Parts: sequence; C-alpha cells; structure tokens
Amino acid sequence: MTATHVVDHIHDQPMSEVALRSVAIEALLAEKGLLTADEVQRQVDLMDGRTPADGARVVARAWIDPDFKARLLSDARSALGELGIEIPADTPHLTVVENTEDVHNLVVCTLCSCYPRMLLGRPPDWYKSLAYRSRAVSDPRGVMAEFGTVLPADIRVDVLDSTADMRYLVLPRRPEGTEGMSEEELAALVTRDSMIGVTSLSG
Amino acid sequence: MTTPAESVLYSDGAAVRVRVGSPAHHFRTPAYIQGHTGVVDALCGVYPNPESLAHGGDGLPRQPLYRVRLRQTDLWPDYAGNPADTLLVDVYQHWLEPA
Repeated sequence: MTATHVVDHIHDQPMSEVALRSVAIEALLAEKGLLTADEVQRQVDLMDGRTPADGARVVARAWIDPDFKARLLSDARSALGELGIEIPADTPHLTVVENTEDVHNLVVCTLCSCYPRMLLGRPPDWYKSLAYRSRAVSDPRGVMAEFGTVLPADIRVDVLDSTADMRYLVLPRRPEGTEGMSEEELAALVTRDSMIGVTSLSG
Repeated sequence: MTTPAESVLYSDGAAVRVRVGSPAHHFRTPAYIQGHTGVVDALCGVYPNPESLAHGGDGLPRQPLYRVRLRQTDLWPDYAGNPADTLLVDVYQHWLEPA
C-alpha cells in the first residue's frame, strides 16, 4: 500500500528531497508496524479538513456569547466541543489568548512551525519562514506593520513563542460598528492572520 | 496520568533564569532566551520530556512546563517598541533555575 502511495506521488510530479525523505520514513514506519497507512491518511484527512473558517466560527461565537468566551479562555478543548469541533486527545494542548484594548497577542514558533492546526488548518508558508520566525520575536511591531497593522504605542505586545506542548490561537478584538451583525456575518470578518496575531481587525 | 513526574518547583510570579546549554541531543529551549531572567506566568501542565521522546525514550519522569514572561527590552538591547512589550515562551522546568 505504501509502495503504491510512493508511485502515485512520482506520477504527479518530481518529488523534492524532503518529500522523498518523508515518504521513505513513512514506508519504514509502516514496515516496522509502528504506523499503518490508514492511520497516516486519517491524520492527513483530519488536518486537511480544518481551515481558518473553523477558527473564525469560534471567534464569532466568543464575540456574541461572553459565557462561551469565558469557557473558551479557560478550557478551549471543552468549549470547542460545544461547537462540534473535536480536538483529538493526542494533539497538543490548545490555549486561546484574548486581545484587549491594552494587550495584543502574536503567535510564532521559533524552533519549527507549531501552529493551532486543529482550528486553522495548515500554516501559511511565511509562518514557517526563517524571516518570520526570527523577526516576530525581536521586532513584532515591524512585522505587523508589514502586514498593514500599526499598533498604538501604548498597547502592550505579547509575543507567544510556542516552543513546546502548547498551541495558541489569538482571539482578535471585535471591530467597532459590527453590533448589528449576525454570527455568520461576524465570522466572515475574521481572517487567518488576525488569529495568528500579525494583523488586527479593529483598525 | 500516574506516570512518574518531577514535582512542580515554581509558582506563578516566581522569578526564574533560563539555563544556558547546547546539549548534543534534541531540546526545545531557544538560544535567544538562554541566560535571561523572567517571571513564571503560568504552569501549562506536566508533560513527557521531549528530549527523551525525540530519541526513543519514554519521556519519564514528566517535566512541568511553564509559560515564562520575559521583557523584550531585556532580550534585545535595541528593542524599539513599548518597553512594556513582553515575550511569553514555554520552558520545561529542568531548563529553569531560581533567579
């Protein structure tokens, strides 16, 4: 089964060295009985099934329901279950951090590419780049400015470097003038980048 | 879980220094925070030691993992933002010492 998998890849397009290595490791893990191709496929399907729309739905609910927001900030896994979003037990612990009028949060993983995949799907390429990973911790305001958000100087910036077993999602501030909007309309305002924290929705 | 775990040494607000080291094996304490002093923001949990897991070990005893808050102006002498800006980073207990 794994050999077929490799052949499928080769027919698609030439594989990079990294992709070849990954397929070779997968084949070895299967051969040693540590993982089955089905288990790998299930994980890939789970990850491909998650998109920033999942995170946006969570943010919109938190904006309109203060009790849900409180539960989300104190125990994200359980609160997400209320929305039918399952965070499997074998995935890293998820913590939601709230932007306020005093504090803005920004997420990075300087060591690799840790990312709240269960709510945002796969990370964008720039999130994994050396430039973002090094500059987000040393010049977060400069990075945000390049994404088009200039924060007032008196707001404190908290950069979260997710080096270990934790994954962070930013709960952006609700933009002004959205009081009459429905939950669905609100969710449509929430961008992936605002949930990483490189942009702000509130101007 | 009932697997062996190191006891939690630091409470919220404790001043801690990140140890300096570059062991030959896998580790998850970035160089840019090593030697710097911060404050425990929260205990995240007690997790299997990734330095053991990465090399086929059982990760035991589990290690307390803390979210540590450091001042940006302490990390980067030329830091241009608000002096109140901070960096929060997850560090395992065996990489911390009292400050």
